[in-house]
Amino acid sequence: MSGRAAYTEYHPRWLRRRPSTYWWLERRAYLSFITRELSSIFIAWFVVYLLLFVRAVSLGHARYLEFVVWSRHPVVMVLNVVTLFFVVYHAVTWFNLAPKAMVVHVRGKRLPASLISASNYGAWVVATAFLLWLVLGG
Amino acid sequence: MADRITIQVARYRPEEEGVQTLQEYEVPCPKDWVVLDGLNYIKDRLDGSLSFRWSCRMGVCGSCGMNVNGEPKLTCETFLSEYAGGPVRIEPLRNFPVIRDLVVEIGDFMRKLVRVKPWIVRDHEKPVSEGEYLQTPDQLDEFKQFSMCINCMLCYSACPIYGLEPAFIGPAAIALAQRYNLDSRDEGSHERMDVLSEHDGIWGCTFVGECTQVCPKHVDPAGAIQRYKLTAALEGLKSFVLPRSAR
Amino acid sequence: MVRRSLEPVLWLLFSAGGVVSALVLPILVLLLGVAFPLGWLDPPNYEHLSAVLLHPITRLALFGICVVSLFHAAHRFRFTLYDGLQIKHLNEMIALFCYGGAIVLSLWAGYLLLSLR
Repeated sequence: MSGRAAYTEYHPRWLRRRPSTYWWLERRAYLSFITRELSSIFIAWFVVYLLLFVRAVSLGHARYLEFVVWSRHPVVMVLNVVTLFFVVYHAVTWFNLAPKAMVVHVRGKRLPASLISASNYGAWVVATAFLLWLVLGG
Repeated sequence: MADRITIQVARYRPEEEGVQTLQEYEVPCPKDWVVLDGLNYIKDRLDGSLSFRWSCRMGVCGSCGMNVNGEPKLTCETFLSEYAGGPVRIEPLRNFPVIRDLVVEIGDFMRKLVRVKPWIVRDHEKPVSEGEYLQTPDQLDEFKQFSMCINCMLCYSACPIYGLEPAFIGPAAIALAQRYNLDSRDEGSHERMDVLSEHDGIWGCTFVGECTQVCPKHVDPAGAIQRYKLTAALEGLKSFVLPRSAR
Repeated sequence: MVRRSLEPVLWLLFSAGGVVSALVLPILVLLLGVAFPLGWLDPPNYEHLSAVLLHPITRLALFGICVVSLFHAAHRFRFTLYDGLQIKHLNEMIALFCYGGAIVLSLWAGYLLLSLR
């Protein structure tokens, strides 16, 4: 692609531009996309954290308390706060985009996208409330 | 001055310098001019060597797609006055090889389009004597949005996946396949599914969504693709689990 | 051939994981990762926690949540590596690393959750 372009009478050399490694910085939409995709790392981290939590609880009160102390370590705290942001970002982007894939027909008419989104958010509220109840009090 | 504007045009002349350069021109900027008017002014009065495609100048042929200040746009539908003051940078559509100046090579898209069979496919054609295929307004609404595509390829320009992986079949091709898959008169979905279910078919899409953002006809190719992913995934699951009854 | 017929299944797992993680993880991160350690809320006493967590239904549900969330993350991360870093020539290795990782962690989750007393 460098140097003088060859020019033949019937087929000029085409200019081929490769995307840069930092293509995702070029537009705000690309940046939000990559942010959304990176949430996957934090989801995987939290699954590990969750499993460590369950393991600590299953090994007895003492081990659970050790886990609690570890969970207050600044690095773990920062990681979890960042995870909270990414997990919420994932949830919001997911519920907003869900209607695109799920087209529901009721008696021949298509349900509006806003209804599908709203029911997803509704399910989120229900799941959250249930888990709050389950974890905090029962 | 509000009545003139600087246009920076990307030039590429393989027979001359062989690299892409920006050339500046000053054109009038009446409030009803679109970017295409500016380009035509340049070609008619300032520099006849400028090459670019255009045709209907009213947003239905899809010929005049270019990147205006980094955004893929139809130059016949984009007003110059929107960029009043600052220079407007016009470049050829991204993600396509450039033949010359603002003219890009679109053969790749044309070949992909043919592969998805964008026509009504039927197992048995109805003879003319039996009359027309009847369709209710609801049946029309199922695919109407996807039929609005004018093949302008702004979506390919906005799609980062297509830029990174030119083998990706791309938004417009999938949207047009869906236009026929969802048409009640069509019986060809399984034929299209083979093409679309390849690795560089729908599964290459990661739902960035920019294609829908830039589409001048509100076709929503991203929606078409996600919807088709669900259809194809359920079909794929069926053929995984019940290989013989899949067809 | 195998790659072609696996993609739909992988995408379905990704979608299931996406829905489940979106519904369930935010509140869990908030409680277990932020609110309890920071003391915003009093964590429940140990007896309540172990009664809830070690209940067979909870364990099964947690196992399901972990597995689909792991596959969701693996699928998404795999495509991020392809596209974000443009290292497509390492296709097979990326897929192996991502899904392999998800499988290994799922096995650990299974061992932890399904084989406890």
